[in-house]
Amino acid sequence: MNAPTKISFSQGINMALDEALAADPNVFLLGEDIADAQGGGVFKATLGLSAKHGTDRVRSTPISEQAIVGAAVGAAITGMRPVAEIMFMNFLTVCMDQLVNHAAKLRFMSGGLTSVPLTIRCGTGAGVGFGGQHSDMLEAWFAHVPGMKVVTASNPADAKGLLLSAIEDDDPTLFIENVAMYAAQGAPPEPGYKVPLGKAAIRRAGGDVTIITYGRPVGEVEAVAETLAAEGISAEVIDLRTIAPFDEAAVLNSVAKTGRAVIVHEAVKAFGVGAEISSRIHEELFGQLKSPVKRVGSKYSPVPFSPPLEQAFLYSRAEIAAAVKATMG
Amino acid sequence: MSKTATAASQNAALLNQFYRDMLLIRRFEERAGQLYGMGLIGGFCHLYIGQEAVVVGMQAATEPGDQVITAYRDHGHMLACGMEPAGVMAELTGRSGGYSKGKGGSMHMFSREKNFYGGHGIVGAQVPLGTGLAFANRYRGNDRVSLTYFGDGAANQGQVYESFNMAAVWKLPVVYVIENNQYAMGTAISRSTSETHLYKRGVSFNIPGEEVDGMDVEAVYAAGRKAVEHCRAGNGPYILEMRTYRYRGHSMSDPAKYRTKEEVQEMREKHDPIEGLRTKILAAGAADEAALKALDKEIKDTVSAAAEFAQMSPEPDPKELWTEIYA
Repeated sequence: MNAPTKISFSQGINMALDEALAADPNVFLLGEDIADAQGGGVFKATLGLSAKHGTDRVRSTPISEQAIVGAAVGAAITGMRPVAEIMFMNFLTVCMDQLVNHAAKLRFMSGGLTSVPLTIRCGTGAGVGFGGQHSDMLEAWFAHVPGMKVVTASNPADAKGLLLSAIEDDDPTLFIENVAMYAAQGAPPEPGYKVPLGKAAIRRAGGDVTIITYGRPVGEVEAVAETLAAEGISAEVIDLRTIAPFDEAAVLNSVAKTGRAVIVHEAVKAFGVGAEISSRIHEELFGQLKSPVKRVGSKYSPVPFSPPLEQAFLYSRAEIAAAVKATMG
Repeated sequence: MSKTATAASQNAALLNQFYRDMLLIRRFEERAGQLYGMGLIGGFCHLYIGQEAVVVGMQAATEPGDQVITAYRDHGHMLACGMEPAGVMAELTGRSGGYSKGKGGSMHMFSREKNFYGGHGIVGAQVPLGTGLAFANRYRGNDRVSLTYFGDGAANQGQVYESFNMAAVWKLPVVYVIENNQYAMGTAISRSTSETHLYKRGVSFNIPGEEVDGMDVEAVYAAGRKAVEHCRAGNGPYILEMRTYRYRGHSMSDPAKYRTKEEVQEMREKHDPIEGLRTKILAAGAADEAALKALDKEIKDTVSAAAEFAQMSPEPDPKELWTEIYA
């Protein structure tokens, strides 16, 4: 069979899980309905994996997020590499204790005598009508916790490469998947392809302004940058890939060059990741900035259901373009 | 030696081992309480005095490689697992020689070598973790068993029941040891709990449960062996409710005004697990007064050495703040 010319985001996830399961017997998957008999995951990201690797390793669980994550942490402290799927990011609130008080802290509190090589996958994102309890972007909550890593991908190849790195990483890592992107197509990665954690990618080089973003908005920002180029504004686009700990060097080097920065994320703007990055830029580069750093995020509201309301909630290309132009004075 | 004589001798050795292990915990905890009173231990300090028979009897029922996880009243569990008293005491004083280098404290110590997986401070949250230890055992196909301890207070936490269900449906080798010491912090079990017989908590999950006199180390040992074997044989989880009693407050900062002095006195005088065993050992001729006195001295010396180490070990270097957060 010829290699596909394109793969979807969920196929990228599937490839990473498949490779990790094949490479290391300590890797296993837990999650609600993830085995093939239950549908291969509600977003089909695990389709075919239980048939290939067995239901002992790709295991459908009760709807019990605390037990899923708690059991995964317990197995991880004995040296296993569990990958737990929490169907929606909002459900992480149910097992926040296991993530924040246990997964993130056990290495430190044990003086390094134990570690938690755990990966948590979760889907989320607005724009698809899932309403207030299935759409939130909560990455800032977890980025605020020392010991956690937070990763998200903007294309199928990155999804594969970042997830594989997350599974091989010795720290607990939250991997965020935007549900609006599962069907998105992209170039297929080579077998074994990995993207290192903690390293950003420069998606577009430019000299006037740096736009820092991650996940689904990367594509939106690239489109806006293309439009702005026609207007004579040269934007550099940074895809963080790892949200925490983020690639400070890549961000600061770029902003030192452009003197202007805009941060874009889908999470609501207030108290978001953009605030931290903006603050770090101001702390390190205040004297070199040509204008104040701008932020674009979704509106400070619960995610609404009605499509017009949901679109009004979300950040927009127009808002990104306006923010960039504001930094240009 | 005849078969009977061999059995008697083995039993004598076991009784002596129980006595030694319980006494070490008792003396260690008494010294920890003193050091706390002197201001040498800060933060939280939850003493295990009164409950020694539970962990000592259970540990004797295990085999090498079986795992232990518990909550914050954890010093006794660590000593029973064979962790060094000096390293535990130095963690209580927050020194660099402590098991967690002073970064964990009384509630957070670990030893992979001794199969002790903490030491956890969120009530009930160690129960899913202990279930995960059992999951790993089953996944690996070894025959190890996870002893997952929690208290009567934790028995009212929701994640315990998610764990029960998962362990039962997957037949995980975990013994849930409920240390029912009658008080969830300051609230008596009768005030907080609708069904106070906690061994019944597994009924709707088809997990067998048993009530055990947790002040009698031999009873604990017998029940523990049965439960551990049940799990090791692949029959799934088991619940043991240990009826026990803590003599001290919930933590060192708790004056325990929610119960009478007479109640505590009655338990100390009539049900103390160490005194009870001492009487039995002497009556059975398993040891004489002189041997027990020598043992007492030996344990006092061990605890004194631990306390000395815990005060002499240096404070952690401030740079430790930045280590072991990530790999």
